[in-house]
Amino acid sequence: MKPRKDLLTIGSLSDEDIHTILDSAKAMKDIFTKSVKKVPALKGKSVLTLFYEPSTRTRSSFEVAAHRLSADVTTFTVGTSSVVKGESVHDTIDTLMSMKMDYIIVRHKNSGIPAVIARHCKAAVINAGDGAHAHPSQAFLDAFTIREKFGTVAGRRVVIIGDILHSRVARSTCCILQRLGAEVAYMGPGSLVPPREHCGVPVFRDWDEVFSWKPHVIYLLRVQNERIDTPFFPAADYHRAFGVTEERLKIIDDCDAAIMHPGPVNRGVEICDAAMDYRNCLVCNQVENGIAARMSILYHLTPQTQNHE
Amino acid sequence: MSNIGSEDLNNKLNAWAEHIHAGVLPGESLALVGLIRHGDVLARRLAEKLQRAGVSVHCGALDISLYRDDWDLQANKMPLHSSYLPFSTDGLKVILIDDVIHTGRTVRAALNALFEYGRPASVELHCLVDRCGRQLPIQPDYTVYPTPMEREVSVHLQEIDGYDDIEY
Repeated sequence: MKPRKDLLTIGSLSDEDIHTILDSAKAMKDIFTKSVKKVPALKGKSVLTLFYEPSTRTRSSFEVAAHRLSADVTTFTVGTSSVVKGESVHDTIDTLMSMKMDYIIVRHKNSGIPAVIARHCKAAVINAGDGAHAHPSQAFLDAFTIREKFGTVAGRRVVIIGDILHSRVARSTCCILQRLGAEVAYMGPGSLVPPREHCGVPVFRDWDEVFSWKPHVIYLLRVQNERIDTPFFPAADYHRAFGVTEERLKIIDDCDAAIMHPGPVNRGVEICDAAMDYRNCLVCNQVENGIAARMSILYHLTPQTQNHE
Repeated sequence: MSNIGSEDLNNKLNAWAEHIHAGVLPGESLALVGLIRHGDVLARRLAEKLQRAGVSVHCGALDISLYRDDWDLQANKMPLHSSYLPFSTDGLKVILIDDVIHTGRTVRAALNALFEYGRPASVELHCLVDRCGRQLPIQPDYTVYPTPMEREVSVHLQEIDGYDDIEY
Protein backbone atom coordinates (compact mmCIF):
# COMPACT_ATOMS: atom_id res chain seq x y z
CA MET A 1 0.00 0.00 0.00
CA LYS A 2 1.35 3.40 -1.00
CA PRO A 3 2.14 5.77 1.89
CA ARG A 4 -1.06 7.42 3.12
CA LYS A 5 -1.20 9.85 6.03
CA ASP A 6 -4.92 9.97 6.79
CA LEU A 7 -8.07 7.89 6.63
CA LEU A 8 -11.00 10.26 6.14
CA THR A 9 -13.42 8.44 3.81
CA ILE A 10 -13.64 5.09 2.03
CA GLY A 11 -13.97 6.97 -1.26
CA SER A 12 -10.44 8.37 -0.91
CA LEU A 13 -8.91 4.87 -0.86
CA SER A 14 -7.74 2.81 -3.82
CA ASP A 15 -8.94 -0.77 -4.26
CA GLU A 16 -5.43 -1.88 -3.28
CA ASP A 17 -5.64 0.13 -0.04
CA ILE A 18 -8.97 -1.49 0.85
CA HIS A 19 -7.75 -5.02 0.17
CA THR A 20 -4.46 -4.46 2.01
CA ILE A 21 -6.19 -3.17 5.16
CA LEU A 22 -8.73 -6.01 5.10
CA ASP A 23 -6.06 -8.68 4.53
CA SER A 24 -3.93 -7.35 7.37
CA ALA A 25 -6.96 -7.19 9.68
CA LYS A 26 -7.10 -11.00 9.48
CA ALA A 27 -3.48 -11.26 10.62
CA MET A 28 -4.20 -8.73 13.40
CA LYS A 29 -7.15 -10.81 14.61
CA ASP A 30 -4.95 -13.90 14.82
CA ILE A 31 -2.82 -12.03 17.37
CA PHE A 32 -5.81 -12.15 19.77
CA THR A 33 -5.44 -15.93 20.09
CA LYS A 34 -1.83 -15.72 21.26
CA SER A 35 -1.04 -15.73 24.96
CA VAL A 36 0.77 -12.40 24.40
CA LYS A 37 -1.89 -10.26 22.69
CA LYS A 38 0.44 -7.43 21.88
CA VAL A 39 2.98 -6.64 19.17
CA PRO A 40 5.64 -3.91 19.16
CA ALA A 41 4.78 -2.37 15.77
CA LEU A 42 3.83 1.11 17.11
CA LYS A 43 6.15 1.15 20.10
CA GLY A 44 7.04 4.71 21.02
CA LYS A 45 4.21 6.22 18.92
CA SER A 46 1.59 8.48 20.47
CA VAL A 47 -2.09 8.11 19.70
CA LEU A 48 -4.66 10.70 20.75
CA THR A 49 -8.38 10.12 20.78
CA LEU A 50 -10.21 13.41 20.26
CA PHE A 51 -13.95 12.84 20.53
CA TYR A 52 -16.17 15.89 20.35
CA GLU A 53 -19.20 13.58 20.45
CA PRO A 54 -19.94 10.96 23.06
CA SER A 55 -18.70 7.50 22.16
CA THR A 56 -17.75 4.52 24.24
CA ARG A 57 -17.47 1.73 21.75
CA THR A 58 -15.52 3.34 18.93
CA ARG A 59 -13.16 5.15 21.27
CA SER A 60 -12.42 2.14 23.44
CA SER A 61 -12.03 -0.01 20.31
CA PHE A 62 -9.40 2.40 18.96
CA GLU A 63 -7.73 2.52 22.36
CA VAL A 64 -7.52 -1.27 22.63
CA ALA A 65 -6.22 -1.42 19.04
CA ALA A 66 -3.50 1.14 19.79
CA HIS A 67 -2.52 -0.60 23.03
CA ARG A 68 -2.21 -3.96 21.25
CA LEU A 69 0.21 -2.31 18.81
CA SER A 70 2.19 -0.98 21.83
CA ALA A 71 1.39 2.70 21.17
CA ASP A 72 0.87 5.19 24.00
CA VAL A 73 -2.70 6.45 24.13
CA THR A 74 -3.95 9.78 25.42
CA THR A 75 -7.63 10.53 25.72
CA PHE A 76 -8.73 14.09 25.13
CA THR A 77 -12.07 14.37 26.83
CA VAL A 78 -13.85 17.30 25.26
CA GLY A 79 -16.49 17.61 27.99
CA THR A 80 -13.83 18.50 30.53
CA SER A 81 -11.39 20.28 28.23
CA SER A 82 -10.73 23.83 27.16
CA VAL A 83 -13.04 23.25 24.19
CA VAL A 84 -16.00 23.87 26.45
CA LYS A 85 -14.28 27.10 27.47
CA GLY A 86 -14.45 28.25 23.85
CA GLU A 87 -11.18 27.04 22.29
CA SER A 88 -11.46 26.81 18.50
CA VAL A 89 -10.63 23.64 16.57
CA HIS A 90 -7.56 25.38 15.10
CA ASP A 91 -6.20 26.28 18.53
CA THR A 92 -6.87 22.75 19.72
CA ILE A 93 -4.86 21.42 16.73
CA ASP A 94 -1.94 23.70 17.60
CA THR A 95 -2.08 22.46 21.18
CA LEU A 96 -2.12 18.85 20.02
CA MET A 97 0.77 19.32 17.60
CA SER A 98 2.82 20.80 20.41
CA MET A 99 2.23 17.50 22.20
CA LYS A 100 3.94 15.69 19.25
CA MET A 101 1.15 13.24 18.59
CA ASP A 102 1.66 10.70 15.76
CA TYR A 103 -1.98 9.67 15.30
CA ILE A 104 -5.15 11.63 16.03
CA ILE A 105 -8.49 9.85 16.03
CA VAL A 106 -11.29 12.38 15.65
CA ARG A 107 -15.04 12.29 16.03
CA HIS A 108 -17.06 15.47 15.53
CA LYS A 109 -20.70 16.28 15.01
CA ASN A 110 -19.86 18.42 11.96
CA SER A 111 -18.89 16.83 8.65
CA GLY A 112 -15.41 17.74 7.45
CA ILE A 113 -13.74 18.59 10.77
CA PRO A 114 -11.36 15.58 10.63
CA ALA A 115 -10.32 16.72 7.13
CA VAL A 116 -9.57 20.22 8.45
CA ILE A 117 -7.44 18.77 11.23
CA ALA A 118 -5.68 16.45 8.76
CA ARG A 119 -4.74 19.39 6.51
CA HIS A 120 -3.18 21.29 9.37
CA CYS A 121 -1.09 18.69 11.11
CA LYS A 122 1.58 16.12 10.38
CA ALA A 123 -0.03 13.43 12.49
CA ALA A 124 -2.04 10.71 10.77
CA VAL A 125 -5.71 11.60 11.23
CA ILE A 126 -8.38 8.93 11.35
CA ASN A 127 -12.00 9.96 10.97
CA ALA A 128 -13.93 8.13 13.68
CA GLY A 129 -17.22 9.62 12.51
CA ASP A 130 -18.03 13.15 11.33
CA GLY A 131 -21.68 14.18 11.33
CA ALA A 132 -23.71 12.29 8.75
CA HIS A 133 -20.68 12.13 6.44
CA ALA A 134 -18.37 9.16 7.00
CA HIS A 135 -17.25 6.48 9.43
CA PRO A 136 -14.57 4.55 7.54
CA SER A 137 -13.29 2.33 10.37
CA GLN A 138 -16.86 1.06 10.89
CA ALA A 139 -17.00 0.27 7.16
CA PHE A 140 -13.80 -1.77 7.40
CA LEU A 141 -15.00 -3.78 10.37
CA ASP A 142 -18.34 -4.45 8.65
CA ALA A 143 -16.68 -5.59 5.42
CA PHE A 144 -14.23 -7.71 7.40
CA THR A 145 -17.08 -9.33 9.38
CA ILE A 146 -19.03 -10.16 6.21
CA ARG A 147 -15.91 -11.54 4.55
CA GLU A 148 -15.15 -13.65 7.60
CA LYS A 149 -18.71 -15.02 7.71
CA PHE A 150 -19.22 -15.70 4.01
CA GLY A 151 -15.65 -16.07 2.74
CA THR A 152 -16.11 -13.17 0.33
CA VAL A 153 -18.02 -9.90 0.10
CA ALA A 154 -18.50 -10.02 -3.67
CA GLY A 155 -21.95 -11.19 -4.70
CA ARG A 156 -23.50 -10.87 -1.22
CA ARG A 157 -26.76 -8.97 -0.86
CA VAL A 158 -26.83 -6.59 2.10
CA VAL A 159 -29.91 -4.58 3.06
CA ILE A 160 -29.30 -1.61 5.38
CA ILE A 161 -32.38 -0.75 7.41
CA GLY A 162 -33.17 2.41 9.36
CA ASP A 163 -32.42 6.11 9.28
CA ILE A 164 -30.21 6.13 6.18
CA LEU A 165 -30.38 9.90 5.73
CA HIS A 166 -28.62 10.76 8.99
CA SER A 167 -26.30 7.75 9.00
CA ARG A 168 -22.56 8.02 8.33
CA VAL A 169 -22.41 4.26 8.94
CA ALA A 170 -24.81 3.60 6.04
CA ARG A 171 -22.82 5.88 3.75
CA SER A 172 -19.37 4.41 4.50
CA THR A 173 -20.45 0.79 4.81
CA CYS A 174 -22.50 0.95 1.60
CA CYS A 175 -19.49 2.45 -0.17
CA ILE A 176 -16.98 -0.22 0.90
CA LEU A 177 -19.39 -3.10 0.27
CA GLN A 178 -20.15 -1.88 -3.25
CA ARG A 179 -16.42 -1.41 -3.92
CA LEU A 180 -15.92 -5.04 -2.89
CA GLY A 181 -18.65 -6.24 -5.22
CA ALA A 182 -21.63 -6.64 -2.88
CA GLU A 183 -25.18 -5.59 -3.77
CA VAL A 184 -26.58 -3.07 -1.29
CA ALA A 185 -30.19 -1.96 -0.76
CA TYR A 186 -31.88 0.38 1.74
CA MET A 187 -35.13 0.17 3.68
CA GLY A 188 -36.53 2.52 6.30
CA PRO A 189 -39.07 5.22 7.09
CA GLY A 190 -39.87 7.04 3.85
CA SER A 191 -38.70 10.44 5.04
CA LEU A 192 -35.36 9.02 6.27
CA VAL A 193 -34.31 7.11 3.16
CA PRO A 194 -32.96 9.02 0.15
CA PRO A 195 -34.76 8.22 -3.09
CA ARG A 196 -33.05 5.80 -5.45
CA GLU A 197 -32.39 8.47 -8.07
CA HIS A 198 -30.28 10.38 -5.51
CA CYS A 199 -28.37 7.55 -3.85
CA GLY A 200 -28.21 5.02 -6.69
CA VAL A 201 -29.17 2.21 -4.33
CA PRO A 202 -32.39 0.16 -4.56
CA VAL A 203 -34.88 1.22 -1.88
CA PHE A 204 -37.45 -1.17 -0.43
CA ARG A 205 -40.67 -0.01 1.17
CA ASP A 206 -41.22 -2.85 3.61
CA TRP A 207 -39.98 -6.18 4.92
CA ASP A 208 -41.93 -8.16 2.30
CA GLU A 209 -39.83 -6.55 -0.42
CA VAL A 210 -36.68 -7.12 1.65
CA PHE A 211 -37.40 -10.84 2.08
CA SER A 212 -38.27 -11.36 -1.58
CA TRP A 213 -34.79 -9.94 -2.43
CA LYS A 214 -33.26 -12.80 -0.36
CA PRO A 215 -30.57 -10.79 1.45
CA HIS A 216 -27.53 -12.52 2.96
CA VAL A 217 -27.13 -9.77 5.57
CA ILE A 218 -29.73 -7.65 7.38
CA TYR A 219 -27.84 -4.59 8.62
CA LEU A 220 -29.83 -2.64 11.21
CA LEU A 221 -28.95 0.97 11.96
CA ARG A 222 -29.39 2.48 15.38
CA VAL A 223 -32.27 4.91 15.75
CA GLN A 224 -30.33 8.10 16.42
CA ASN A 225 -32.57 10.32 18.46
CA GLU A 226 -29.64 12.63 19.20
CA ARG A 227 -29.12 13.45 15.53
CA ILE A 228 -32.66 14.59 14.82
CA ASP A 229 -34.51 17.33 16.61
CA THR A 230 -37.70 15.53 17.52
CA PRO A 231 -38.33 11.80 17.78
CA PHE A 232 -39.91 10.87 14.47
CA PHE A 233 -41.57 7.65 15.62
CA PRO A 234 -42.64 6.07 18.89
CA ALA A 235 -40.27 3.15 19.59
CA ALA A 236 -42.99 0.49 19.46
CA ASP A 237 -44.25 1.75 16.09
CA TYR A 238 -40.71 1.72 14.69
CA HIS A 239 -40.19 -1.83 15.94
CA ARG A 240 -43.46 -2.98 14.34
CA ALA A 241 -42.68 -1.36 10.99
CA PHE A 242 -38.89 -1.67 10.60
CA GLY A 243 -37.45 -3.70 13.48
CA VAL A 244 -36.52 -7.39 13.60
CA THR A 245 -39.51 -8.79 15.47
CA GLU A 246 -39.72 -12.41 16.66
CA GLU A 247 -41.95 -13.16 13.70
CA ARG A 248 -39.45 -11.73 11.21
CA LEU A 249 -36.60 -13.48 13.00
CA LYS A 250 -38.18 -16.83 12.03
CA ILE A 251 -38.10 -15.83 8.35
CA ILE A 252 -34.52 -14.58 8.71
CA ASP A 253 -33.60 -17.92 10.30
CA ASP A 254 -35.27 -19.83 7.46
CA CYS A 255 -33.27 -17.78 4.91
CA ASP A 256 -30.07 -18.35 6.95
CA ALA A 257 -29.39 -14.60 6.76
CA ALA A 258 -27.03 -12.82 9.16
CA ILE A 259 -27.94 -9.84 11.35
CA MET A 260 -25.53 -6.95 11.90
CA HIS A 261 -25.78 -3.71 13.87
CA PRO A 262 -23.11 -1.06 14.54
CA GLY A 263 -24.20 -0.72 18.19
CA PRO A 264 -25.22 0.29 20.69
CA VAL A 265 -28.36 -1.75 20.13
CA ASN A 266 -31.78 -0.41 21.18
CA ARG A 267 -33.54 -3.63 22.17
CA GLY A 268 -37.23 -3.50 21.41
CA VAL A 269 -36.66 -0.81 18.78
CA GLU A 270 -34.39 -2.06 15.98
CA ILE A 271 -34.16 -5.58 17.29
CA CYS A 272 -35.99 -7.97 19.62
CA ASP A 273 -34.19 -9.78 22.47
CA ALA A 274 -34.34 -13.15 20.73
CA ALA A 275 -32.55 -11.78 17.66
CA MET A 276 -29.53 -10.87 19.78
CA ASP A 277 -29.16 -14.59 20.62
CA TYR A 278 -29.82 -15.72 17.03
CA ARG A 279 -27.12 -18.07 15.70
CA ASN A 280 -26.24 -15.71 12.82
CA CYS A 281 -26.30 -12.50 14.86
CA LEU A 282 -22.84 -10.99 14.20
CA VAL A 283 -23.02 -8.03 16.60
CA CYS A 284 -20.35 -9.41 18.97
CA ASN A 285 -18.16 -10.45 16.03
CA GLN A 286 -18.36 -6.85 14.81
CA VAL A 287 -17.02 -5.59 18.14
CA GLU A 288 -14.07 -8.00 18.12
CA ASN A 289 -13.37 -7.39 14.45
CA GLY A 290 -13.48 -3.64 15.10
CA ILE A 291 -10.28 -3.92 17.13
CA ALA A 292 -8.54 -5.95 14.41
CA ALA A 293 -9.68 -3.58 11.63
CA ARG A 294 -8.53 -0.53 13.60
CA MET A 295 -5.15 -2.14 14.33
CA SER A 296 -4.75 -2.69 10.61
CA ILE A 297 -5.72 0.93 9.85
CA LEU A 298 -3.24 2.30 12.40
CA TYR A 299 -0.50 0.02 11.09
CA HIS A 300 -0.97 0.99 7.45
CA LEU A 301 -1.14 4.77 7.86
CA THR A 302 2.08 6.76 7.70
CA PRO A 303 2.27 9.86 9.91
CA GLN A 304 4.60 12.60 8.70
CA THR A 305 5.99 13.03 12.19
CA GLN A 306 9.41 11.37 11.98
CA ASN A 307 10.95 14.80 12.42
CA HIS A 308 8.56 16.80 14.57
CA GLU A 309 9.14 20.48 14.00
CA MET B 1 25.72 -15.27 -11.51
CA SER B 2 24.82 -18.77 -10.33
CA ASN B 3 21.49 -20.36 -11.10
CA ILE B 4 20.14 -23.31 -9.18
CA GLY B 5 17.14 -25.26 -10.42
CA SER B 6 14.57 -27.56 -8.92
CA GLU B 7 16.51 -30.85 -8.89
CA ASP B 8 19.65 -29.37 -7.38
CA LEU B 9 17.58 -27.56 -4.75
CA ASN B 10 15.74 -30.75 -3.82
CA ASN B 11 19.03 -32.62 -3.37
CA LYS B 12 20.29 -29.84 -1.15
CA LEU B 13 17.05 -29.93 0.86
CA ASN B 14 17.54 -33.68 1.39
CA ALA B 15 21.04 -33.01 2.72
CA TRP B 16 19.65 -30.18 4.86
CA ALA B 17 16.99 -32.48 6.36
CA GLU B 18 19.64 -35.14 7.06
CA HIS B 19 21.78 -32.53 8.80
CA ILE B 20 18.82 -31.54 11.01
CA HIS B 21 18.03 -35.22 11.70
CA ALA B 22 21.62 -35.93 12.74
CA GLY B 23 21.55 -33.01 15.17
CA VAL B 24 18.48 -34.16 17.12
CA LEU B 25 19.49 -35.61 20.47
CA PRO B 26 17.51 -38.44 22.13
CA GLY B 27 14.51 -37.05 23.99
CA GLU B 28 14.73 -33.72 22.21
CA SER B 29 11.53 -32.26 20.68
CA LEU B 30 12.03 -30.42 17.42
CA ALA B 31 10.15 -27.51 15.80
CA LEU B 32 10.88 -25.91 12.44
CA VAL B 33 9.66 -22.31 12.24
CA GLY B 34 9.84 -20.72 8.81
CA LEU B 35 9.80 -16.97 8.20
CA ILE B 36 7.00 -15.82 5.87
CA ARG B 37 7.28 -15.76 2.87
CA HIS B 38 9.60 -18.47 1.48
CA GLY B 39 11.12 -19.56 4.80
CA ASP B 40 7.78 -21.10 5.78
CA VAL B 41 7.66 -23.04 2.51
CA LEU B 42 11.19 -24.36 3.08
CA ALA B 43 10.27 -25.32 6.66
CA ARG B 44 7.23 -27.28 5.42
CA ARG B 45 9.30 -29.13 2.83
CA LEU B 46 11.99 -29.98 5.39
CA ALA B 47 9.36 -31.09 7.94
CA GLU B 48 7.82 -33.46 5.36
CA LYS B 49 11.20 -35.00 4.62
CA LEU B 50 11.92 -35.43 8.33
CA GLN B 51 8.49 -36.94 8.99
CA ARG B 52 9.04 -39.41 6.15
CA ALA B 53 12.30 -40.38 7.89
CA GLY B 54 10.33 -41.02 11.09
CA VAL B 55 11.31 -37.84 12.93
CA SER B 56 8.54 -36.20 14.92
CA VAL B 57 8.63 -32.48 14.21
CA HIS B 58 6.38 -29.44 14.80
CA CYS B 59 6.15 -26.96 11.96
CA GLY B 60 5.13 -23.31 12.12
CA ALA B 61 5.32 -20.01 10.25
CA LEU B 62 6.11 -16.52 11.51
CA ASP B 63 5.29 -13.16 9.91
CA ILE B 64 7.77 -10.75 11.49
CA SER B 65 6.40 -7.54 9.90
CA LEU B 66 5.01 -6.26 13.22
CA TYR B 67 8.42 -6.71 14.87
CA ARG B 68 10.56 -4.91 12.28
CA ASP B 69 12.77 -1.98 13.27
CA ASP B 70 12.32 -0.16 9.94
CA TRP B 71 8.53 0.22 10.09
CA ASP B 72 8.84 4.01 9.79
CA LEU B 73 11.13 3.76 6.78
CA GLN B 74 9.08 1.45 4.60
CA ALA B 75 7.60 3.30 1.65
CA ASN B 76 4.98 0.66 0.83
CA LYS B 77 3.57 -1.45 3.60
CA MET B 78 2.63 -4.92 2.39
CA PRO B 79 -0.42 -6.79 3.69
CA LEU B 80 0.37 -8.81 6.81
CA HIS B 81 0.23 -12.59 6.89
CA SER B 82 -0.98 -14.65 9.82
CA SER B 83 1.67 -16.33 11.90
CA TYR B 84 0.87 -19.99 12.54
CA LEU B 85 2.46 -21.67 15.54
CA PRO B 86 -0.16 -24.12 16.81
CA PHE B 87 2.08 -25.26 19.67
CA SER B 88 3.95 -23.81 22.64
CA THR B 89 7.68 -23.52 22.05
CA ASP B 90 8.37 -24.26 25.74
CA GLY B 91 11.28 -26.70 25.99
CA LEU B 92 11.55 -27.31 22.23
CA LYS B 93 14.61 -27.18 20.04
CA VAL B 94 13.48 -24.55 17.55
CA ILE B 95 15.16 -24.12 14.18
CA LEU B 96 14.35 -20.84 12.45
CA ILE B 97 14.31 -21.31 8.68
CA ASP B 98 14.73 -18.45 6.22
CA ASP B 99 15.50 -18.28 2.53
CA VAL B 100 18.10 -15.49 2.55
CA ILE B 101 20.07 -13.94 5.41
CA HIS B 102 21.44 -10.48 4.70
CA THR B 103 21.57 -7.75 7.37
CA GLY B 104 20.37 -10.00 10.22
CA ARG B 105 17.55 -7.61 11.12
CA THR B 106 14.81 -10.02 10.07
CA VAL B 107 16.29 -12.66 12.35
CA ARG B 108 16.45 -10.17 15.22
CA ALA B 109 12.74 -9.48 14.71
CA ALA B 110 12.01 -13.20 14.39
CA LEU B 111 13.68 -13.96 17.74
CA ASN B 112 11.50 -11.34 19.44
CA ALA B 113 8.36 -12.73 17.78
CA LEU B 114 9.31 -16.32 18.60
CA PHE B 115 9.73 -15.72 22.31
CA GLU B 116 6.09 -14.65 22.59
CA TYR B 117 5.13 -18.27 21.97
CA GLY B 118 7.07 -19.75 24.89
CA ARG B 119 10.61 -20.41 26.09
CA PRO B 120 12.40 -22.74 23.70
CA ALA B 121 15.20 -24.94 25.07
CA SER B 122 17.40 -23.71 22.22
CA VAL B 123 17.14 -21.81 18.94
CA GLU B 124 19.19 -22.39 15.81
CA LEU B 125 19.17 -20.44 12.57
CA HIS B 126 19.29 -22.21 9.20
CA CYS B 127 19.27 -20.33 5.89
CA LEU B 128 19.18 -21.32 2.25
CA VAL B 129 21.49 -18.51 1.06
CA ASP B 130 23.86 -16.23 2.99
CA ARG B 131 24.31 -13.04 0.99
CA CYS B 132 26.64 -11.42 3.60
CA GLY B 133 26.23 -7.74 4.55
CA ARG B 134 25.43 -8.31 8.22
CA GLN B 135 24.53 -5.24 10.34
CA LEU B 136 23.96 -7.19 13.55
CA PRO B 137 25.98 -9.87 15.37
CA ILE B 138 23.82 -12.72 14.05
CA GLN B 139 25.20 -15.72 12.14
CA PRO B 140 23.39 -18.80 10.81
CA ASP B 141 24.21 -22.22 12.25
CA TYR B 142 23.70 -23.84 8.86
CA THR B 143 23.73 -22.36 5.36
CA VAL B 144 23.05 -24.29 2.16
CA TYR B 145 24.61 -21.76 -0.25
CA PRO B 146 27.12 -19.39 1.37
CA THR B 147 28.18 -16.52 -0.91
CA PRO B 148 31.68 -15.06 -0.59
CA MET B 149 30.53 -11.42 -0.81
CA GLU B 150 27.36 -9.30 -0.57
CA ARG B 151 25.28 -9.78 -3.72
CA GLU B 152 21.68 -9.76 -4.92
CA VAL B 153 19.83 -13.02 -4.45
CA SER B 154 16.36 -14.03 -5.60
CA VAL B 155 14.68 -17.20 -4.44
CA HIS B 156 11.60 -18.60 -6.17
CA LEU B 157 9.66 -21.54 -4.80
CA GLN B 158 6.95 -23.57 -6.50
CA GLU B 159 4.33 -23.00 -3.79
CA ILE B 160 4.53 -19.19 -4.11
CA ASP B 161 6.08 -18.37 -7.47
CA GLY B 162 5.11 -21.43 -9.51
CA TYR B 163 8.70 -22.68 -9.99
CA ASP B 164 11.86 -23.50 -8.03
CA ASP B 165 14.88 -21.35 -8.81
CA ILE B 166 17.65 -19.48 -7.01
CA GLU B 167 19.69 -16.77 -8.68
CA TYR B 168 22.72 -15.42 -6.91
